[in-house]
Amino acid sequence: MSLELRHTGAGVARRASQSSGLRVGPAMTGKPLASTLPVRAGVGLKPEHFQDVLADGPNIGFFEVHAENYMVAGGPFHHYLTLIRERYPLSIHGVGLSIGADALLDTTHLNALAVLLNRYQPQSFSEHLAWSTHGETFLNDLLPLPYNTATLQRVCDHIDQVQTHLKRRMLLENPATYVEFAASTWEEGAFLSELVRRTGCGLLLDVNNVYVSSVNHQRDARAAICALPLAQVGEIHLAGFAEQTDGNGAPLLIDSHGAPVARPVWDLYAYTLGLTGPKPTLLERDNDIPAWPVLLAEAGLADQQLCALMPAEEVTA
Amino acid sequence: MNSQSAFAQAVLDPELPCPTGLTTWNGSDPATRFAVYRNNVTVSLIDALADSYPVVQQLVGEAFFRAMAKVFALANPPRSPVMANYGHGFAEFVATFPPARSVPYLADVARLEMARVQAYHAADVPPIDTGTLHDALAQPEQLMGLNLVLHPSVQVLMSPFAVYSLWAAHQGALCISSVAVDVAQAVLVFRHGLDVQTLELSKGTALFVSQLLCHASLLEATGAASDLDTDFDLSQTLGLVLRWQLITHINTGVQAHEHTH
Repeated sequence: MSLELRHTGAGVARRASQSSGLRVGPAMTGKPLASTLPVRAGVGLKPEHFQDVLADGPNIGFFEVHAENYMVAGGPFHHYLTLIRERYPLSIHGVGLSIGADALLDTTHLNALAVLLNRYQPQSFSEHLAWSTHGETFLNDLLPLPYNTATLQRVCDHIDQVQTHLKRRMLLENPATYVEFAASTWEEGAFLSELVRRTGCGLLLDVNNVYVSSVNHQRDARAAICALPLAQVGEIHLAGFAEQTDGNGAPLLIDSHGAPVARPVWDLYAYTLGLTGPKPTLLERDNDIPAWPVLLAEAGLADQQLCALMPAEEVTA
Repeated sequence: MNSQSAFAQAVLDPELPCPTGLTTWNGSDPATRFAVYRNNVTVSLIDALADSYPVVQQLVGEAFFRAMAKVFALANPPRSPVMANYGHGFAEFVATFPPARSVPYLADVARLEMARVQAYHAADVPPIDTGTLHDALAQPEQLMGLNLVLHPSVQVLMSPFAVYSLWAAHQGALCISSVAVDVAQAVLVFRHGLDVQTLELSKGTALFVSQLLCHASLLEATGAASDLDTDFDLSQTLGLVLRWQLITHINTGVQAHEHTH
């Protein structure tokens, strides 16, 4: 990244932060910030690493957990998360609320989320621009939706309901997708910007998802980043992808969370930070989980990029 | 039918065509790309079952297990986003899955493994305080009319097969070739601290614990266990229950009576 580009980006970030207070939707005015995570790298917390984390006390910004994994009555998951929460900031990341579903939100699930958030008092709560339930069935994947006026209204209504129910602002994550819809009339970036503007939610910017979707749909990844509501980024996700090909032999990337962050995603991350300024950044790894030191080292790479952008007086860790 | 219905149905049914209305930048067949979603859903559900049923998988081999799990998953997708609960009913499915007929003990091994998953995530309830327990034990005649409430993780499994030995052989505790599978066994599953424990029980002790779980009084549970098993030893059984701190409360006889009926 050139010095000139970074300079330009910092200007965007300044303008962005100046306008952030004005862009909160009416329903959320006066509500707490969508994310108060530290501007550091964090790691997705896996049961395999509970004891490593407690034994080592690693110097890491925060941990993130999937909300649904902790919707159990008791046992080791709560035991370890309680101990780790006493020592570290926490992000709770939902994968089952199905905000993009063309159906009512599951209020039982919303209530379970409220209980979990109350118990662990996380610095951030986030969910996805996707759907995963249909009727009584949970499909255990983040499924895509068309971007048009009808889906915009529905998703806005759902986010309003979530934020009102949970009494906090949430972050919404941009998806990785493999197909597009004939019924879409909005570009993804504009759709997310409008959602954020109307609801006052923040953006969880998954840089890997932007890269994966850009390759899968032949978009310019940097332009896709620029089209997002960058002023409202509360957290960034980084992850690895798998590679396949489509019916014509064109590359088709799969958001697998099962590999180290790829070089072009690190580059896109650097470009993004140039626009947003340093942001809390999570290394996501859900499959083929490596030993704890390997994940910690990968988080260190993100911390290096964040530190390089921090004003000297703020770099204390 | 709305578009998400069609999408969801096609995700779960490989026989259905790719839903309409999907586009690709290069005009390639959307079915290839849609297959990614189908694969994500199917593989994630099979993986979830493999996590919960490792011994079942070892008994039949990975290829057979994953084929069986796929049939179950597509017909019985999760009803909740809380995946820790997924796989209830797998044992019943296994019991009636024709290709698994030659391994009749498989379903009970699945029941044991599901009991362990449930015990792992069961509610945290502290054991009864020792003062209350000592007071109760000091008045044995009164105690016999009371119901001992056990920790919510406690489960008992009684099987016509050597379900404990089959499970233990896959923990390295004994050699699988030494297991006589047609021997009936009973198993106690519970969580002690953070660890799930799996113990073999005599049939009398198994019935005794089952009776307590059904809110029987100590007297009723002892009677039932002695009727089934002339070797049933109450003091030995209570020793086991006390050693593992399985009692969380003691109900009065009146409450136990209400629960029983």
